[in-house]
Amino acid sequence: MGKIVKYKLNGKDVEAPEGQLVIEAAKDAGVEIPHYCYHPALGNPGNCRMCIVEVAGAPKPQVSCRTGVREGMVVASDSEVAKRAQASALELHLVNHPLDCPVCDQSGECGLQDYYMKIGQYSSEVREDKEHKEKRIVAGPHVMLDQERCILCTRCTRFVDNVTKTHELGIFGMGHTEKIDLTPGMTLDNAYSGNVVDICPVGALTDRDFRYKVRVWYLEKTDSICTGCSRGCNISVHANTARPWHNDGKRVARLKPRMNLDVNGYWMCDDGRYGFSSLDADRLGKVLRLSPQKSEISWFAAGVELAEILKSSGDGLAVAASGMLSNEDWDAYKALFVDELNVKRHYFTSAPDQVGIEDDLLRRKDKVPNLKGAEARGLLSGDFGDLAKDLEAGKIKTLYVIERDLSKVWGDKAAGLLAKAGTTILQGPNKYALGDAFAYRLPATAYVEEEGHFTNFEGKIGAYKKALAPIGDARPDWDIFALLQKALAAGKKREVAA
Amino acid sequence: MAIKVRVVERPERTFATQIYLLEVWRGLAITFRHLFVNLFRHSMKALGVKGFLPGAVTIQYPEDPAVLGKRARTRHRLLKRDDGAPRCTACLLCETICPAKCIRITAENAPDVTVEKRAKTFDIDLGMCVFCGYCVEACPVDAIHMDANEVELSSYSRKDMIWNMPELLGDVPKLPSQVGRAVDPLKP
Repeated sequence: MGKIVKYKLNGKDVEAPEGQLVIEAAKDAGVEIPHYCYHPALGNPGNCRMCIVEVAGAPKPQVSCRTGVREGMVVASDSEVAKRAQASALELHLVNHPLDCPVCDQSGECGLQDYYMKIGQYSSEVREDKEHKEKRIVAGPHVMLDQERCILCTRCTRFVDNVTKTHELGIFGMGHTEKIDLTPGMTLDNAYSGNVVDICPVGALTDRDFRYKVRVWYLEKTDSICTGCSRGCNISVHANTARPWHNDGKRVARLKPRMNLDVNGYWMCDDGRYGFSSLDADRLGKVLRLSPQKSEISWFAAGVELAEILKSSGDGLAVAASGMLSNEDWDAYKALFVDELNVKRHYFTSAPDQVGIEDDLLRRKDKVPNLKGAEARGLLSGDFGDLAKDLEAGKIKTLYVIERDLSKVWGDKAAGLLAKAGTTILQGPNKYALGDAFAYRLPATAYVEEEGHFTNFEGKIGAYKKALAPIGDARPDWDIFALLQKALAAGKKREVAA
Repeated sequence: MAIKVRVVERPERTFATQIYLLEVWRGLAITFRHLFVNLFRHSMKALGVKGFLPGAVTIQYPEDPAVLGKRARTRHRLLKRDDGAPRCTACLLCETICPAKCIRITAENAPDVTVEKRAKTFDIDLGMCVFCGYCVEACPVDAIHMDANEVELSSYSRKDMIWNMPELLGDVPKLPSQVGRAVDPLKP
């Protein structure tokens, strides 16, 4: 590639690098050529024959995913010949397709449906009976396989061969009995198995977690960032709020990867994809004071009371946070705890509870999205073991916990250690295991209910948007920090006046 | 067919239309024409003379049962397959097309692999239904009809207006809930 050449696409003069695939060049020029087997990350076997275009001078129509752009080339993707060739290819794909769209989860985002509406020939000339194959094969923990719906584009087999290199899927048989199946003795249980559902252009591979939960046309899609690890994969949050009786009452229906070649390519891991089940579990909805007795208080009252507590604890104040905070949260955190209160004890390292498996594709060791954001702001984390010792020694007067489940940090000892601290404050979206042991509980929004930025482990900043309304009185973390800072300033003013 | 614009002239207000008497008289003429025509037709029938159209009849609803047209859209009914299982595959097309959003379906795996999907719950809130019949049109498996020939669907509570799947299938008679009976909204 390299040299920019001129060619004609559908009668218009367009420029593209020489040798670039016509299908890619057309996409850049804003023309979508129908395709199933071609995927930018998985190569171009040219077996679906859908991307067929007419090239002037060529004896037959050409597949645009295997034809490079040349100087002076004349390509037509919407000529009569090209359209007839595409319609015929689609007709062949539909020969054995069961057309069970009403019960198919792919329905609404299916390549066959889309292209049929666009270029289908609308009257079938096939008089043969359909070939029946196996339906409802449990391919793995997350994926369901339906061989009947498959059009043998081989995207999934190329994914397990080239991307994960685990080879769980293959093509077996030949002719009309050819089918995708599991390699004998294997199940599709690699850490990235959910991606085959995304790349499958039809309903052959569907998501078991999402199966029959919501029809896709009910979903509202919002750009977001995965919080599963410090990779910060770009994702799309698919939420179902208009019809709450679907999806077992849960608001988020599924997470899908969003293409970003600088961060995650086209993929995301299964840990991130299916790791949203605790999002709505045991949410904090109200501002609560739990000791001496449980009572609901206003944000204003909480601000005044907590400002007093934070100011009076001095060196006895420790803050246990986590990498779940956004860049904006860290800014407000720094302004409050470092600049204003001059706190020395910060604990937000991912060890020991938020670390996990790392591999060379996407997954990272730190299972929180934004430790780098804290690092970039010059914040340094202490060790949770030291905090436990300090608590044991009675040095901690006030423990402020932000979006962290201490029962996972210290295990069974956590409740005992928490009782050693004078005043304990929990701020976060969920109650976690020890939620009732705190003196104050401040509801914060989950990442799908706020907008902000995460800095991933490479220092790349990604933005996430608000997908859902906050639950109860929840506020973003930065807003709570700002409220406390305001309360502190007001307290100072009162002192001066007195 | 191209769209054409036709300008309709506003009727002129003359003295004859402004005094209204002429129009009142014309209206009464229609009323009396119906009266005498029907009187004549009923008399001919009473006398046994054939060859005349039947006279208009007033049905004493609700004392007498309502007479519904053959294609009247009445209360929904869910149909069953030959093996007795509900035909519904929970594709949710009726729920999607419903302009009143009165249909609520949740789906589950069907034991029969060739059926794949079936409805776990299927509720229609007849208090919200506008009886448009789109659900019948949308259904790809002919599972829902609006031909139960029931139009007396009122109940004592909004909750009782919701029909569930066994009731729509005809397996269970629709009975008013006890809660609905105990709470009479008209009595404080």
